[in-house]
Order: sequence, then structure tokens, then C-alpha cells
Amino acid sequence: MPVPPSHILVFSLLLFAVGVLGVLTRRNAIVILMSIELMMNSANINFIMFGQRLHAISGQVFSIFTIAVAAGEVAVGLAIVLALFRNRDTIHVDEVHIMKG
Amino acid sequence: MAFLGMLWTIPLFPAAGFAVNGLLGSRVLPRKAVGYVACGAVLLSFLVSLGAVLGLGGAAQLPAAPGLTVDAEAHRVTQVLGSWMPMGRSASGEEMSVDWAFALDPLSAVMLLVVTGVGFLIHVYSTGYMAHEPRPAHARFFAYLNLFMAMMLTLVLGASLPVVFVGWEGVGLCSYLLIGFYYDRMFDEKTRMSCADAGRKAFITNRIGDVGFVLGMLTLFWWTGTLDIQGILAKVGGLPPGVCTAAALLLFVGACGKSAQIPLYVWLPDAMAGPTPVSALIHAATMVTAGVYVTCRMAPLYLHAPGAMLTVAIVGALTALFAASIGLVQTDIKKVLAYSTVSQLGYMMLAAGVGAFSAAVFHLMTHAFFKALLFLGAGSVIHALSGEQDIRKMGGLDKHVPWTHVTFVIATLAIGGVFPLSGFFSKDEILWAAFNQSPILWLIGAVTAGMTAFYMWRLYTLVFRGEERFSEEARHHLHESPRSMTVPLAVLAALAVVGGWVGIPRVLATEGMADRFGRYLAPVFEAGGAVHGHEAVHAPWLEIGLMAVSLLIAVLSGILAWVFYERRPEMPAMLAGRLRGVYRLLAEKYYVDELYGKIVLAPYYALCRGAFLFDKWVLDGIVNAAGYVTLATSYISVGFDTYVVDGLVNLAGYTVRGFSWMFRKLQTGFVQSYATAMIFGIFVLVSVYLLSTGH
Repeated sequence: MPVPPSHILVFSLLLFAVGVLGVLTRRNAIVILMSIELMMNSANINFIMFGQRLHAISGQVFSIFTIAVAAGEVAVGLAIVLALFRNRDTIHVDEVHIMKG
Repeated sequence: MAFLGMLWTIPLFPAAGFAVNGLLGSRVLPRKAVGYVACGAVLLSFLVSLGAVLGLGGAAQLPAAPGLTVDAEAHRVTQVLGSWMPMGRSASGEEMSVDWAFALDPLSAVMLLVVTGVGFLIHVYSTGYMAHEPRPAHARFFAYLNLFMAMMLTLVLGASLPVVFVGWEGVGLCSYLLIGFYYDRMFDEKTRMSCADAGRKAFITNRIGDVGFVLGMLTLFWWTGTLDIQGILAKVGGLPPGVCTAAALLLFVGACGKSAQIPLYVWLPDAMAGPTPVSALIHAATMVTAGVYVTCRMAPLYLHAPGAMLTVAIVGALTALFAASIGLVQTDIKKVLAYSTVSQLGYMMLAAGVGAFSAAVFHLMTHAFFKALLFLGAGSVIHALSGEQDIRKMGGLDKHVPWTHVTFVIATLAIGGVFPLSGFFSKDEILWAAFNQSPILWLIGAVTAGMTAFYMWRLYTLVFRGEERFSEEARHHLHESPRSMTVPLAVLAALAVVGGWVGIPRVLATEGMADRFGRYLAPVFEAGGAVHGHEAVHAPWLEIGLMAVSLLIAVLSGILAWVFYERRPEMPAMLAGRLRGVYRLLAEKYYVDELYGKIVLAPYYALCRGAFLFDKWVLDGIVNAAGYVTLATSYISVGFDTYVVDGLVNLAGYTVRGFSWMFRKLQTGFVQSYATAMIFGIFVLVSVYLLSTGH
């Protein structure tokens, strides 16, 4: 028996909410990147669920694209964090505010 | 005739000498060359003049050459070099123009030979006298002297009044430059007058006379429409008598300035500040006679103005007497000679005033010889005594400077009017002419002649006779002057002896010998109907008697001076003590300088001071007020700019800055606050979307 779509939607919603909370509340930049990963993956679950329900392969194709983009994004994000650590000896985002106006 | 065509070169030679010495003299040319150039230029002028004057006699027979106009009756040759001031047509349709023209007639011939001849001798003398000057001063001296010759010759040869005036002003300029030659030296300790001041005094006094000259010239131009001398003289007969008198008197004012007549004579005694050759050349022999020359040149004009003639005669006679009386007590060797010159110039004016123009010119010539000789002799004495000019510190020089002594004696005899030296003939011709006009004028002339003899013998005795009163230092350097100075003295002495023989009066000579000078000049003066001294009254015994009387006066005065200053040297001081007031009056020159100071200079200075104060307070005040007004308005302008214009600009800036202060608060720099805002924004947008679509 297939899982009803509403369950999947609620699950992805919760997952997304965990991601948002992680982004907004954690100080460690790596954890923030991981939380962003959570939010992307909740979107991927939605793509796949709707692709299956609508018999469209494009849902899975989009999630593959998203994973590829997420890999790129993590690479760039970790490079920034690394550079930040080298310069400032910290990866806590609340200690970095050189862009303050 | 060939030389007549070269008239224009006569002033040109000294002008060229001036240019060469003026430009190259002080640096390039050696001292000797400067002297040769200066003397050579004048010698060339003299030779050309001589040739031209000799050619003048035969000019009447020759056809006119190009550029030359011959007036056979007046023995005049005119050379027009070109039009100087073309003035278009007059109201009556005549072509008016002033030509740069030279005229040679017997009158200018006499002047020409005197100026170039005496001038040459004095140039030669100067090479010796000025030999110890520093090289630049030496060159400057000869350059000025040559310029003077050029100007004097222009004056003499000028055929129209403006050309004469150019020379007239030119000689005045040179006189000024040469009086002030030692511009850094003091001339008169008592009045604190420097040599430069003396030059200024001469120049300014002459300027007063020149105003008269110019006005006279313009008066004549207004009435006759021409400035050509012969053109004017041809028309004077038709002029109203008042115009003739006015023009003649105005020209005479100019002559008074140049020829040092009362009341403008004051500059000449101070002109002695110049080097002695200058005193001889300019202030005795040539320049100061320019006034007499112009008066004689305009003789027909004066003959139409009897009132002016009388004025000339009276001024001349008074000047002669007045200056001679001052000369009696002067103690500076050159001052005595200067007052003597003023006095003799008065004689010439007296002659012109009584209509004896040829006698005036005759005396001008003989005076040029003996007065130049006297000045050069005085220069030689001063030179010998290392610059001493006070005759009280001389004496007994006859043994030490024999040449100077002999020539000085000759000159003294000549000016004293002793027969048969030149002064006797010229002076007696004047006295005779004056007697025919008025015995009073004769008496003044005779008294002057006595004074002249007296002061000259006084001068001679004090300088050359008696005990030696000069300092030991002066004795140490005492020497007879070099050959370059004694030779001119000898030549002038010869001229001073024989110069009068060309004008022997008719009562004393055969028909062929008598009065050759007067007959030579006759074509110039007889055209205008001038009186001739020796023909006015035919009374030979009266004439001889008067001659004897004046000779007697001269001899007695001379003997008196000899007694006073050689036999009884205590007499003059005693007499001066007895007549203290008179003596002081004479020694202080009648206080004329002081009088002029009071009545002319003091008001003039007051006027100047008033003008200065007017300038300072009124004119400067207006200018300063304009400045202050500008300053005040600019302060207002600055205030407006600072507070209004700048305020608006700053307001714009402050506004922008205020807003940016608000917005920069949003830029916290924390990534998470941006993220919060973004998520909240998305929430809001999605909420609005969902609510608006009604789901």
C-alpha cells in the first residue's frame, strides 16, 4: 500500500523546518551548510513524490540536478568556510560581521 | 660752390663724432682716439664752413645748383634738405610746410666760423685739460661737446624758426648735461647746491625763456602763415605794429634766457659748475650768444617794433652795468669771468637794441675770442693749481705759467678795450651807436667799460702778480699746462689781438680798410633798413673824443685796480670796511637769487605742495573710496556665498547622509540575520499569496 502523499508532504515539511531552524539558530558554519542540505533534500523528496504521483520522470531528473548543484554548493561553501577559518581562526558566523554597514 | 652744397654736412660731422664717441668711446676706443675723433669732426666742420664762406662771395654769379637757392642781393644761399612738417594748404590756399633747410648768409657765416673755429681750439684744449678724467667720463665729455657743436651749428644754419629751435633746445640740453658733468660733486657749499642742481637751474631758467621763444614763433606763424625766417621777415612790414612788438618781445624773452639777460641771467654764474672748457665754449663764446644771434637774425622784425627795440637796449644796458658791478667783488676766478660774460652779453643786446646789429655781431665775435681765451687761461691756472679756483689763494703765478700769463694779459687788454686790440673796436662801435640813440645809454656803457677794466685788472693782479698765496701742496704740483692747452691759448690770443682789425671805424682808417666787417654784414641788415652806427651821425671829432674818453676810463680803471691790488693791497679791505653795505650787496649778488627764492620759488613750492596734498587727499581719496566700496560689497558677496549657496549644497549632502545613517543599520554583517529576514519575507509573500487567492 502506497504511502499517502500527505504523509510525505508533512515529512518534507518537518524536514524543511528542521533545516530552517538549523540555519537560523546554529553558530557553526558547517552545521549551517548541513542544515541547508536538509532543506534541499526536503525539496527533493517533494520532487520525487510528485513525479511518481503524476507519472513524470522529470521529478526524479530535477532531484538528480539538485543533488549535483548541492554538491557544487557544498564545495564552494566549504571553501569559504576554510578561507574564513584560515583568516580568522573561527567558523562561528556570529563572530564574523566585516560586512557591517 | 662745391662747399656750398655741403652745408648739410657741417652739423653732421660733430653729430657723427657724438655717435662714435657716445657709443664706442668709453669701452672700445682708446683715450687718444676719442680726442682725435672729437677734434677731427669739428676740424672737418671748420674746413667745410671755411670753404662755404669763401664760396659765398662768388655765389651770386653762379647759377643755382639743385637744392640750392641763391639770393644774390642778400648774399644768401639756402639749402633745402627736405620737407620736415608738411601742413597742407592754409585758408588762403597757400601750401604750408616747414622745410629742413639751412641758410648761409654773412651773418650765419660769421657765426659759423666763430663757432667751428673757437670750438675746434677748445676741443684741442680739452684733450689736455680733461686728460686726467677717468676713461668713461672722458668719452662722455667729448661726446657731449660734439653734440653741442652739432646743435649749435644747426641753430646757426637753420633757415626756419623750428630748425633754429631744434638747435636752440639742443644746445640747452648739452649745456645742462655739461654743467652737471661732475654731477656727484658739490658746487656751492654755502647754498648746498650740487653741480647737478646748477645744471637743473640753467635748464629750467632757459625753459622759461623758451616759452617766450615758442610763443613768439607761434605769434609770427599766426600772422604771417610761415615759419621760414626770410618768409616772415618779408612780411613783417605788413603786420600791425602791436603784433610786431609782441612777437619781438616774446622772442626777446627767449633771448634773455639763452643770453643771460636780466631777469633770467641767474643761471649763468652757476653754470660755472661745468668743466672750464665748457664754460669757455658754451657759456662764453657760443651758446650764450645764441640769443644775440637770433635777435640780430630777426632784425627787420625788431626795426618794426621800436618799443621792443628800446626794451632790448635798456635791458642790455642794465644787464651790462648790473653784472659788471657784481663782478667787481667776486672771489672765484670763474665767477668773475661769468659775470663779465653776462655784462658783455648785455653790451651786445644794447647794440642790437639801438639798431647797431653789425656792432652786436662784431662784439659777439671779438668777445668769443677774448672771453674763450680768458676762460681757457683760467682753466690753465686752475689746472696748474690742482683745482684751486679762489683768487685769494693765488698770486705771483706769472713766473710759473708764462704762456698762460702772456695770453691772459692780452685777453685782459682786449676785454678792457685797449687800443688796438679787438675789444676796443667792437666796444667803441657799440658805445658810439648807443650815444647816437641816447647819451644815457652811452654813459651806462662807459661806466660798465670802466668796471670791466677794473675787475679784469683786479683778477689779473690777484692771480698773476703780488705775493704767492697758494698752498704748499699746490706749489708742489705747480706746472705750466701741456702743449695741447697752450697752443689754443696762443692762437686765441692772436685772434684777440687782430680780431678787431676787420672793423676799424671810418674815422680811423682809409676808405678801403674801414669797417670791412660792417660792410660784409650789410646785405643782411641793410635790407631791413638797420641803422649803422658809424653813419648815423657824421661827427668825426665827437666820435674820436668819445673813443678817447672810454679809453681813458678803461686805462684809469686798470691803473686803479693795479694800485688797489698790487701797490696797496690793504686798500680793498679798507674800502670794503668803509662801504660795508655796498660791498655786501655786491658780494651777495644783490640778493637776486634769494629774491627769486622768495617771490618765485617759494610760491611755486607752495603750489606744488598744495597740488601734492590735493593729489594725496582728494584724488587718492576717490581712488581709495572706490577700493573700500569694492571691499565692502565683496564682504557681502562672501557672506551670501558662505551661508546661502554653500548652505543649500550642504543641505543636500546632510539629507543624503541622514537617510544613509538610517539604512546602514540594516546591514548588520551577520549572515543569519539576513537569512532570518529572507525567510520571514518569503513567509509573508507566500501568506499574502495564499490569502489573496482564497485557498
